[in-house]
This record gives sequence, structure tokens and C-alpha cells, in this order.
Amino acid sequence: MKPIIELRDVEKYYGDFQALSGITADIGEGEFFSLLGPSGCGKTTLLRCIAGFEDVSGGSVRIDGKDMEGVPANKRPTNMVFQSYAIFPHLTVAENVGFGLRRDSRPKPEKAAAVAEALAMVGLTGFGERAAHALSGGQRQRVALARALILKPRVLLLDEPLSALDKKLREQMQGELRRLQRQVGITFILVTHDQEEALIMSDRIAVMFDGEISQLATPQQLYRRPVSRQVADFIGVMNFLPAAVSAVNGGMVACEVAGLGRVEIDAEQCPAGAKAGEGSVGFRPETLTMLYEGETAGEGGRGRVAEGTVAEVNYFGDMTYYDVRLDGIEQPLTISMRNVVGRKVFEHGERAQVAWDPGALVLFC
Amino acid sequence: MRGGTGFRVYAIVYLVFLYAPIFLLPLFAFNDSTIIAFPLSGFTTNWFKELATIPALHGAVQTSLIIAVTTSILATCLGTFAARAATRYDFPGKGPVMGFIMLPLVLPEIIVAVSLLVVLLGIGIQLSAWTVILGHVLICTPFAIAILNSAFQSLDKSLEEAAYDLGETRWSTFWLVTFPLIMPGIISSLLISFTISLDEFIIAFFLTGTEPTLPVYIWSQLRFPTKLPSIMALGTILVALSITLLMIAEYFRRKGIRKTGGKDTGGFL
Repeated sequence: MKPIIELRDVEKYYGDFQALSGITADIGEGEFFSLLGPSGCGKTTLLRCIAGFEDVSGGSVRIDGKDMEGVPANKRPTNMVFQSYAIFPHLTVAENVGFGLRRDSRPKPEKAAAVAEALAMVGLTGFGERAAHALSGGQRQRVALARALILKPRVLLLDEPLSALDKKLREQMQGELRRLQRQVGITFILVTHDQEEALIMSDRIAVMFDGEISQLATPQQLYRRPVSRQVADFIGVMNFLPAAVSAVNGGMVACEVAGLGRVEIDAEQCPAGAKAGEGSVGFRPETLTMLYEGETAGEGGRGRVAEGTVAEVNYFGDMTYYDVRLDGIEQPLTISMRNVVGRKVFEHGERAQVAWDPGALVLFC
Repeated sequence: MRGGTGFRVYAIVYLVFLYAPIFLLPLFAFNDSTIIAFPLSGFTTNWFKELATIPALHGAVQTSLIIAVTTSILATCLGTFAARAATRYDFPGKGPVMGFIMLPLVLPEIIVAVSLLVVLLGIGIQLSAWTVILGHVLICTPFAIAILNSAFQSLDKSLEEAAYDLGETRWSTFWLVTFPLIMPGIISSLLISFTISLDEFIIAFFLTGTEPTLPVYIWSQLRFPTKLPSIMALGTILVALSITLLMIAEYFRRKGIRKTGGKDTGGFL
């Protein structure tokens, strides 16, 4: 993978406040890359440093092999889709989309063709003469995309582009953005606070907290092997239980999980590395299974069974989320079960057997 | 919410007190008598015709127009700079600086006028139309800033960034994006500054040279009772003109807010 953007120890200060510290990452050519984190984690600041709207206080940003120090936003091979879309309200749709071509020396008909092509790409053929301020949210989003892509930037920067849309439209646009990215082959960098959106759309995700990248990984790695409780908690739901690591022996780690007993797990299940001492283990809700009568705890003898009481039932139609208090464990665990025809939904207060797999847990030391 | 009859009476008395004198102005301007008193004696447009025959009045109108036009342009330019700085940038001492610029809004005009006169005479500057312009710019700029502040605030900051990002320079961004979008605010600021300058009396009275402005001229004519009806006619024209200009200014201000899709946070009307 050839990196198109190389970030080296990027730092950003606002007065005494450090917004970014030691950001180092390579973003590959043609990659769909997401910056994910809670508000105030520095993800938008980092995007603006790449765009050239903010100067870095330390470190370097290289785009396409060239150091961007002192290169202003209007000279960088990047274009941006703003959170508010920033559609020029006094211009028509076509004038908005063609705005970046003002300094292009091509003859007018060629420019008009480029505008028509860009509009077709985002599914807005025939909207060219409309007044921009009369568009709906989804249409503004498309105009902003067409306007940014018409200059064929090396990198497209998207600052929370879907946050202003309602749920249905947002899900539709997620798919369209992904398709568009594959079609044009340009590197997309998406800033979002929505972990689901990041998982669905990205090739790789950088999870940021407090101005630092906590983990940079593919969506699957991020979900299955989060490096810290903070990351695990931010991406999806995870149940945590205290655990004591007794021995680290080559590829195997032995530990005592509160309420569940002694387990031996693979060292690969400790993404941040294992060492003897106090820690905690995490389970995703779908790695725990409620057992129905006559069922056993899974194949290969790895599955174990614990007993408990159903404390809460949250029925979602396709799924049911149970909070189950296992015997000997104070805090209830969240368990998700797919609802299948012919199978009952457990009820509040019912006793249940829960199968769990030591191979599915993640250890944080 | 329902107010009692007490409040209704209060509101009516208030409005009568405020506007009755202004309604009397056209009444006597069309009255066929040199005495300003009831009962009215008859209808005439002679007082308006008489206005056309006074050269001193024409000179005063001309002086006032020159001063008002120059003032509105200068105040709006300065207001644009200040409003942009206030809404876009953070700099040390921003609060106090903006406060000092806005101060003439609440300072008694007589104090502004006298202190300006003292300073101007002190540094040996001859009183002329330019010294009046100086004073008027001082009191009009806060109004221009107030109007343009709201224009800049309803302008999304990322619009300018988007234009810059798409390859324009800071300068071309201003003319292609910022200026067209704050245009209604600029027109509104020009009109309000013009109106304020046109009927401002105290500063003009103190700082004017040999050529009086219109309000100063009107004041000087009040000593002659026979001139009163024609002053009433002149006043009628000025009131009509002021109301028209203010309405146009407000129309543009509201149009601007609609255009940028912002929320109306109140204006002067």
C-alpha cells in the first residue's frame, strides 16, 4: 500500500491546550479511512490540519510525498465536504458544483460538461439550474460531494458529512458514499463520532481520544481486538469482568476471571500485550449465548456454561438484548440473541443457562 | 396573554404622544395660514412651492446630501472591517476595543460634539463639511457595525473556507462569496447611516463651517414666524423620506437573513 498521506508526530496547540499530540499514521492511496472519536477528541482538528485550514504546531503532514508545511488550503491537492455542506446560497446548483473550475482555463462547454458529469455521478442530473438554497438536506450533501470531487483531488476530506441527515437517509448515503469512493478511487478521509458508520464504511479506522490515536486498525480488528477498555467501550457494547493474570507462558495466558473461574487463552487475545497482575476481560454480547432446553455449550469442548437470572429484557424485533445476572457476579452481562421462529423469548426473572467461550474474550492488562 | 384595559389605554396614550406631533406636521404644511394653530383655514400647496424659491435652502440640502452620502460610505466601510474582525477573529483586547467603538451609541451627542470641536480647534483644523463628516462617521459606525455584525453572524464560516478550499484566494473569496451574501446588510447599513447623518443636528451645529446642513438651516429659520409653514412643508418631506429609507433598509436586512437561511435575531424595525 502506497501511502498518500504521511502524518509524523503531528501536534497542535491552541494556547496552552494541546488538541493533538504525536499523531503518526500513514493513509494509503485509494483507501476509505475514518477518524473516529467522541467530540473534542481532535479528529476534526486533524482533518483541518490535513486540509490546510490549521497550521500544525509540530511534526509534519506530507501529501503525495510533499511536505505541506506552509502550503495553504487553496494550494493543496485536497478538497473538503463540510459538516454544514457550505453550499453557496446565492448561486445555482451548477454554479456551486462548477465553483472550483473558475480558475480552470478550459473552454466553457468543457466545463459545463464536467459539471454535468459531476452532477450525474451524485444522481442530481437535471438539477443544475435550481437555486441552491431551495435544496433538501440530502441534495445539499450531494451537491457538496460533486463540488469537492470535480477538481479530482488526491484526497477527499469529509467532516461529519452525514450527521445532519435523518436515520434512513443517513444509512442510504453511507452506501452511496462507499460506492462513490470505489468508483472514483480517490482516498476518502471521514471524520465521524458514529462508530457504526465508521465500521460500515471504512477500510481502516483510527480511534482517537484526547488528541491521540488509541488504535488504528481495520473494522474487524477494532471490533474483535480492541487494545483498551476505552476503545472497546466506544466501539459497540462490551461486558467487562475483573480478572487476575497468573501466568504468561509463551503463547498462552492463564487468568482467573471473577465469577467464571480459571481460563487459559491465546496471547493473541491480549491486543495490548499480557503481563501478570490485575486486569479485566471483555465479552461482546453476541459471544454469549442463552441455552435453550436440550442444547449444549458448543463444539470443540471450548464452550463453558454458567447459570444466572434474567434481569432485563429488551426486545428489538430481530434481536433481543438480555441483561443476565450470573450467579456469583454482581454486575449483569448484556447478551444479544437473534430471534428465531419457534424459539421463545426469555422472561424477566427466569433462570437461564449461558454458554460462553474463552476463545472469544479479550484481555486488558 | 391578555392585558387589562389599563395597559391598552397606556399603549394608546403612548403612541398618541409619540406620533401626534409628526401627524401635525403635514396637517399644517397644507394649511392655508401663516399661523400654526387650530382651526385650519384651508388647503394649499403654496408652502411646498415656496421651498423651491429659497437658494439658501438648496445650498443646505446639497451640503447635507454630500455629508450624508460620504458618511454612509465611510461608516459602512469601517463597519464592515470591524464587524468582520469581531465575528471571525479572536484577538487580545477584542472586548474593550469593540466596546470603545460602540460607545458613541450611548454617549450624549452634545459631549461628542463639544469634545470634537475642542480637539479640532486645538489642532487648528478649519471647520467645514469634512469636520461634520468626521463627527457623523463617529456616531454612524456603531450602527453600521450592529447591522453588519448580524449579517456576518448569519454567514456560515465554512462558506468562506469552502471557496478557499476550492482554489480561490482570500481576496477573491471575499468578493465571490462574502460580499454577495452580506450585500443586504451593506445596503441596510448605507441607508441607516445616510438617514442618521441627514437629520443629525447637534454635531452638525457645532462642527459646521460656513455652509450649514439642512437641520441647522431649519433651526436658524425657526426665529422667523412667517417661515414656519414652509418649514412644516420641509419637515413633511423629510419625515416621508426617512420612513421610506428605513423601510427599504429593513427590507434588505430581512431579505439577507432569508437568503442565507439564518434566523431573524431582531433589527431596528
